Amino acid sequence: MAPLLEVSDLRIHFQTDDGLVKSVDGVSFTLERGRTLGIVGESGSGKSVTSMGIMGLHQGTKAKISGYIRLDGEDLVNATPARVRELRGSKMAMIFQDPLSSLHPYYTVGDQIVEAYRIHNKVKKQTARRHAVDLLGRVGIPQPQVRVDDYPHQFSGGMRQRAMIAMALSCDPELLIADEPTTALDVTVQAQILDLISDLQSEFGSAVIMITHDLGVVAELSDDILVMYAGRIAEYGSAADIFGRPDHPYTWGLLASMPRLDQERTTRLVPIPGTPPSLIRVPSGCPFHPRCRYTELVGGRRCETEVPPLREAVTPGHSAACHLTTEQRTRQWADLSAGRVQDEASTPEVAEQAGEPV
Amino acid sequence: MSEQTQTPPAPEAGQTGGPDGDTLLQVTDLVRHFPVTRGVVFRHKVGAVRAVDGISLSVTRGKTLGLVGESGCGKTTTGRLLTRLDEPTSGQIVIDGHDVTHLRPGQMRPLRREIQMIFQDPYSSLNPRHTVGAIIGAPLKLQRVGTRGGIKRDVQELLELVGLNPEHYNRYPHEFSGGQRQRIGIARTLALRPKLIVADEPVSALDVSIQAQVINLLEDLQDELGLTYVVIAHDLSVVRHISDQVAVMYLGKIVEIADRDKLYAKPRHPYTVALLSAVPVPEPLSSPTGQRERRQRIRLEGDVPSPLLPPPACRFHTRCWKAQAICRTEEPPLTELIPGHRVACHFPENTSQVPEKSPQSATQPA
Repeated sequence: MAPLLEVSDLRIHFQTDDGLVKSVDGVSFTLERGRTLGIVGESGSGKSVTSMGIMGLHQGTKAKISGYIRLDGEDLVNATPARVRELRGSKMAMIFQDPLSSLHPYYTVGDQIVEAYRIHNKVKKQTARRHAVDLLGRVGIPQPQVRVDDYPHQFSGGMRQRAMIAMALSCDPELLIADEPTTALDVTVQAQILDLISDLQSEFGSAVIMITHDLGVVAELSDDILVMYAGRIAEYGSAADIFGRPDHPYTWGLLASMPRLDQERTTRLVPIPGTPPSLIRVPSGCPFHPRCRYTELVGGRRCETEVPPLREAVTPGHSAACHLTTEQRTRQWADLSAGRVQDEASTPEVAEQAGEPV
Repeated sequence: MSEQTQTPPAPEAGQTGGPDGDTLLQVTDLVRHFPVTRGVVFRHKVGAVRAVDGISLSVTRGKTLGLVGESGCGKTTTGRLLTRLDEPTSGQIVIDGHDVTHLRPGQMRPLRREIQMIFQDPYSSLNPRHTVGAIIGAPLKLQRVGTRGGIKRDVQELLELVGLNPEHYNRYPHEFSGGQRQRIGIARTLALRPKLIVADEPVSALDVSIQAQVINLLEDLQDELGLTYVVIAHDLSVVRHISDQVAVMYLGKIVEIADRDKLYAKPRHPYTVALLSAVPVPEPLSSPTGQRERRQRIRLEGDVPSPLLPPPACRFHTRCWKAQAICRTEEPPLTELIPGHRVACHFPENTSQVPEKSPQSATQPA
């Protein structure tokens, strides 16, 4: 059976007064039904733009989209706006980061769920309302028959996010995109929401794309992980591969720069030097080379001139875009994970780049 | 709540009067209630938001105290009280021997050199119309601090200290990235060579890779200049990395305070236990067979109650899985269970990190 979602060589560019912004530049991945894909990256890495592209939310904007996105075999890039509108909400749905600004303050929570449901299903208001109450109950809102008539401001942050999830699930979508669903929430509430998403996924059998900057959240939920940097894929593989045998210096950097609760406290973190690049002037060759510690190992000026292709490493299905050889990567990661690499004073490098407009 | 404010010097407790330093900051029974009023002409008080409700703590010179808790627990208000940006309702704050609790702004001014603050958002805490030089030099001008080579030279030294190029003296904040802006904020904080720095969520607005740079910078500066930090944060892993001592707050009260290693290795308060177990860990759960298992976790139900009407007695009893009748009637005092580890709970956890009899912790395949 064909995968539910197939994205191939997706490019989303925006023409601005300052130049062409290449937010997404050649991203490909597939997602099967019932699986979860985590997309990680820093701000400006193109993860949200990718998800909005899938939802067709760039239609009618200045975005130039090329490549293809196939949902259940149907191309979305060249579909008519009317067709995308039909699919959006029924076949694919999205949960946004900030539930307060994505719920309408003038309408009750129930009305907003009813509206979403009735656009795609020709049912009476009463039926839709019963459905809304049922959904609110299923996402764990106490007394749903009473709370359905509340306004968003009467809900707490966690309850609003639950209401958003109820709305997204109202038409039983096959694809659910969650864009930083727990970033605005406290950790105990975050834990509740993550459990809820994974419970509902096994109940509804949807495919989920989880977009986040928090590696912990990704590890908790994802089967596969896509690491993005400057609009491109740095590394793509199963969660076990990405966390167990990461193959890209950027992924190493992310893992080493995080203080972790599950390990002994290290005396010093190993940060990634410098700052994420501007998408208008993406560095030549490998976009990560100005911040990479391993360019000398590759030799010459290859990292600066040649764009590394996304190549499959030792394990099938695990690929990384890096010029380092497999042996070099294995050795470097072993050194890094054993704590043998010190933070070689990142300060001078930061000073060099200071004041670069972003 | 009044508990011992002067603990006897205990060799392993890096607390008051420890062997390697004296107390710089001493807070006793600090309270801040925000009145809630009704009416326009005849305003009358109808209640109070008990943002900070009787907390006591002390920080040793050159050490770092981490203050953690969820939103609404009063950690930011505590920070504002410590820097005297807000007036305490009652209690006492002593900084380096000076009682600053109720000083008027004019009396406070000379002491402002000693206490500075780092803010969370590097975008809104820098004036976009001032150059970096003007921003960092402002404290020097306001305090009329005499300088050897003029303010410009001092500012350039500060820029270098925080890892920025001194030649960028004349640039504006918008020309810098988030991490660099946070460095500018830190340089301004350091301008007057303060003794105590209160950092309110110093890294939470930054990307992961940049967070590590700023955390390392804060640690380097502490070693170099002998600074004392109070770091307010919600990220438990950041707090563990940076703090010597950690205080956990819940609804305006400290529920647990201990040395970092003791607190993280053996949390005693059920809330701390739940908080730690809720942190997602960057370790995949999928086993090679593709079966995904759920991590052992204590799921706290519901949200934090309103600080307007906090639950009586132990404030955590509404969400606690160990709550008994006594928790609803009698407030547990903050008692020292072992030296350097104080907990406010009737039934503290002792043995393992994940309690055996927890009805909420689920271990079923997802």
